[in-house]
Amino acid sequence: MNRNTLGGKFFRAALWVLFGLFFLFPLYAMADFSTRNLLQGGRTLQAWKNIVEDDALYQAIVISLLLAVFTVVAMLVILVPTMIWVRLRAPWARGFIEFLCLLPLTIPALVVVVGLRNVYLWVTYFLGESALTLTFVYVVLVLPFAYRAIDAALAAIDLKTLAEAARSLGAGWMTTILRVIVPNIWSGILSAAFISIAVVLGEYTIASLTGYQTLQVQIVAIGKSDGPTSVAASLAVLLFGFALLLILSLVTRGRRRGGGGISTAVPIAAPTSTQGASA
Amino acid sequence: MSPAKRDAGGPAKWSREALPLLPFMAVVTIFLIIPTVTVIVSAFYADGQFSLERIQALFSRTALTALWKSVLLSGSTAIIGAVLGAVLAWLVVSSPPTSMVRRAVLSLCSVLAQFGGVALAFAFLATVGLNGVLTLWVQQAFGFNLAGSGWLYSLSGLILVYTYFQIPLMVIVFVPALEGLRDQWREAALNLGASRWQYFREVVIPLLTPAFLGSALLLFANAFAAYATAAALVSQGSPIVPLLIRAALTSEVVLGQSGFAYALALEMIVVVALVMVAYNVLVRRTARWLK
Repeated sequence: MNRNTLGGKFFRAALWVLFGLFFLFPLYAMADFSTRNLLQGGRTLQAWKNIVEDDALYQAIVISLLLAVFTVVAMLVILVPTMIWVRLRAPWARGFIEFLCLLPLTIPALVVVVGLRNVYLWVTYFLGESALTLTFVYVVLVLPFAYRAIDAALAAIDLKTLAEAARSLGAGWMTTILRVIVPNIWSGILSAAFISIAVVLGEYTIASLTGYQTLQVQIVAIGKSDGPTSVAASLAVLLFGFALLLILSLVTRGRRRGGGGISTAVPIAAPTSTQGASA
Repeated sequence: MSPAKRDAGGPAKWSREALPLLPFMAVVTIFLIIPTVTVIVSAFYADGQFSLERIQALFSRTALTALWKSVLLSGSTAIIGAVLGAVLAWLVVSSPPTSMVRRAVLSLCSVLAQFGGVALAFAFLATVGLNGVLTLWVQQAFGFNLAGSGWLYSLSGLILVYTYFQIPLMVIVFVPALEGLRDQWREAALNLGASRWQYFREVVIPLLTPAFLGSALLLFANAFAAYATAAALVSQGSPIVPLLIRAALTSEVVLGQSGFAYALALEMIVVVALVMVAYNVLVRRTARWLK
């Protein structure tokens, strides 16, 4: 509270150092651990080279990146038109759609995967045994994050006027959405995409229990025999996610004035918005 | 649009309005609703008829121990995370909103809280595992084996690792509440002759209590449902509910109770739902002044 006195300043500095140590030391330890040469001593980058040289790990990275791309595309194709439509033509469904979008926060992924077996029998029957079929479940998984980001962007524009103007100038719904509305909610779409990528690259629960070899599943598998490589890959994923979110917070700077800061740009895990609408 | 107006359009208009929602509804129904309903129904059905056999298995010694340990883990990390996270959130809020430090801290918190999973287990293996960096340092300096007895793989290890994502989650959910405190309120209180301590005790604490308790509940639910970190850290045995679900899923025969996973998953739904209902009540109280 006494933020201006010398004692207060010292106290705050000490707290920063303590938190900094607790959070940064494990990350430093990962860097140290993954560059240690266990055989001859000294340093080696072998673990980091393994990320691309190890065949199984490389394959898993490719699959996870493909999954991330597919999930982002599918999420946008399914969610953006729905949310626009609900705001323009079906406001009666808005509370319900929001409720469904935020539902994955209340139903743990572990529960979904337990009940997923029958559904997946059908999915693999129609689409084959590819890890890419995980796309559907991942779309559901990223819904709460994507919904918040896109909803904030839609709330910031005059959607009705834009749509009516485009429609009365003769544009069809496709053109209206793609060429008029989407360019205006670009920041929201970018947030939704970045956060979805981070979620998909970090996902382990569903992939491991349905038996698909994604990046995280492979990291755990390798960890049993080659610790440094797993630690290197883990650190790489963490740093990649950190870079994504930091870029996001810099790109969306100034979009939201008055408090908020990036805490609104990075949707949180909590259903802090009004779930009561239809709950 | 008023209901009367909609009725005038009749069912044809309604279906025209509802039709574009179908793709979204289909995905959510198939990949979220059906799995959840499957879990709930299967927990009460065995061999095609209604049975409480699977629910009864929840009261076996194994299941109760796992539940107790899960509650202990979630409860302790929720309290530690909420208290320390609130302090860190206060530090973050008192730095300027556009500063790089603040952006970096919030981004890091977001990564650790929401996307860490497996990586966090490896972070602590690299720190205080058998060959961990800190373990070796302590070994050299004091000749003491920090990783001794394998505590990292037990409940106390899980508490440490969970704290590493609970504190960041608290920061993310608590920063908006702290930002809701207006400077004017402090100025008003001080102008009316209150001391800083009085302002803190009689304005800040009552205002933030619902948000704080709500966040703590959220942390509890988060830890209770978390799977990836624990699964990556503990490969043998199943001390907590999520790992017991893994065991039941991957080796149903060994347990001799097929469908045990359904009952455990139902247990998880019930616990998380109860916590989230309480959370929503508290959030609604916070929302009154946070706008």
